[in-house]
Amino acid sequence: MLTRKIEFLVGCFLLTGLAAFLTLVFNVANIKIDSGESTYALTARFTNVGGLKVRSPVKVGGVTVGRVSDIILDPKQLDAVVTIQIDKRYDQFPETSSLSILTSGLLGEQFLGLTPGFDDGDTSMLKSGDKIENTHSALVLEDLIGQFLYSLGSKDK
Amino acid sequence: MRIVERITALGHNAIEFISGFGRAGIMLWNAIVNVPRFRKGTPLLIKQLYVVGVQSFVIITISGLFIGMVLALQGYNILSDFGTSESLGPMVALSLLRELGPVVTALLFAGRAGSALTAEIGLMKSTEQLSSLEMMAVDPLRQVIAPRFWAGVISMPLLAMIFSAVGIYGGHIVGVEWKGIDAGSFWSILQSQVEWHQDILNSLIKSVVFAVVVTWIALYRGYQVIPNPEGISRATTKTVVQASLAVLALDFLLTALMFG
Repeated sequence: MLTRKIEFLVGCFLLTGLAAFLTLVFNVANIKIDSGESTYALTARFTNVGGLKVRSPVKVGGVTVGRVSDIILDPKQLDAVVTIQIDKRYDQFPETSSLSILTSGLLGEQFLGLTPGFDDGDTSMLKSGDKIENTHSALVLEDLIGQFLYSLGSKDK
Repeated sequence: MRIVERITALGHNAIEFISGFGRAGIMLWNAIVNVPRFRKGTPLLIKQLYVVGVQSFVIITISGLFIGMVLALQGYNILSDFGTSESLGPMVALSLLRELGPVVTALLFAGRAGSALTAEIGLMKSTEQLSSLEMMAVDPLRQVIAPRFWAGVISMPLLAMIFSAVGIYGGHIVGVEWKGIDAGSFWSILQSQVEWHQDILNSLIKSVVFAVVVTWIALYRGYQVIPNPEGISRATTKTVVQASLAVLALDFLLTALMFG
């Protein structure tokens, strides 16, 4: 005869299995991006985003302050438009700040480095929807090697 | 004459091998292709889910935790040489989801639940319980084999998911809490690398295939046991060996199909 205890344990087991599955789907293969109350959006244009991905971190001095939420190609100007979400706690970046695509380590993941600009008193701060004008594209190793070889070749002549 | 005998033996073995597949197929077919009886079948299934699934839960959770932790520890040592220790998250998650989760769960399941199934059914057969059921006009395939088969097929994918999830948290414990990788980048890189279809769905498909194979072998070995103590011990050994080999070989095949 089946006892209630066995039925209860089987129920617990099935629920745990389902919970593990849902954890994997929603927490590990997550597709959610923080775009709610606690962040504000900025955009920036890059000629080359290299290996930057959606959800790559945005760092100031090594501290993560936000994440990339969208990367699209502008169909007219044919350059990449990157949207980033910055934590609302950090809202004191002057509009002269610059964004550059950096690499953690020699082969690591790429991230956005935000360098705060100089604030001379009447510079306005970046707010939601603003565009960062001053950007530095990703360094592409192949381009660097190409330039290096080209400069070697021109020296020989 | 010796050569003729050898050839005869070879032919005998080959026919035995192939007819074994046939008998196993007929057994499974007769057991599972039936009009479902929910009133009578559900209590039997729940009892088997308890034996096969719930009682394997602890061993699966603990091995998942330790395998995730050791993966993270080994991965960290190598990845930190290249300055990419943030990639630890996807490394642990992908190796668990794509390979280790389904495979190690299936191997543990074969050892923990498969051998028990074989021994139980083997003893039922040796003590003529299966024949008695038939005398009472109860189909032993339906009463004994089918609930155990479905219990294995339902519980193993769930166990594999639990294994992977616990393993990823084990990796989190070692990577983030102990080795000090930034928790945000651990999870964000992990989440950007793991895909629902490519990784999680394929992991589920793999574990369902392994579940069918392992449970099937265990049930067949029990059902075809030679009814004496030595026969039962041999059948149990065969279950574990053949199920493990089948899982490892099928894993290569499935990986080649899914990620090749």
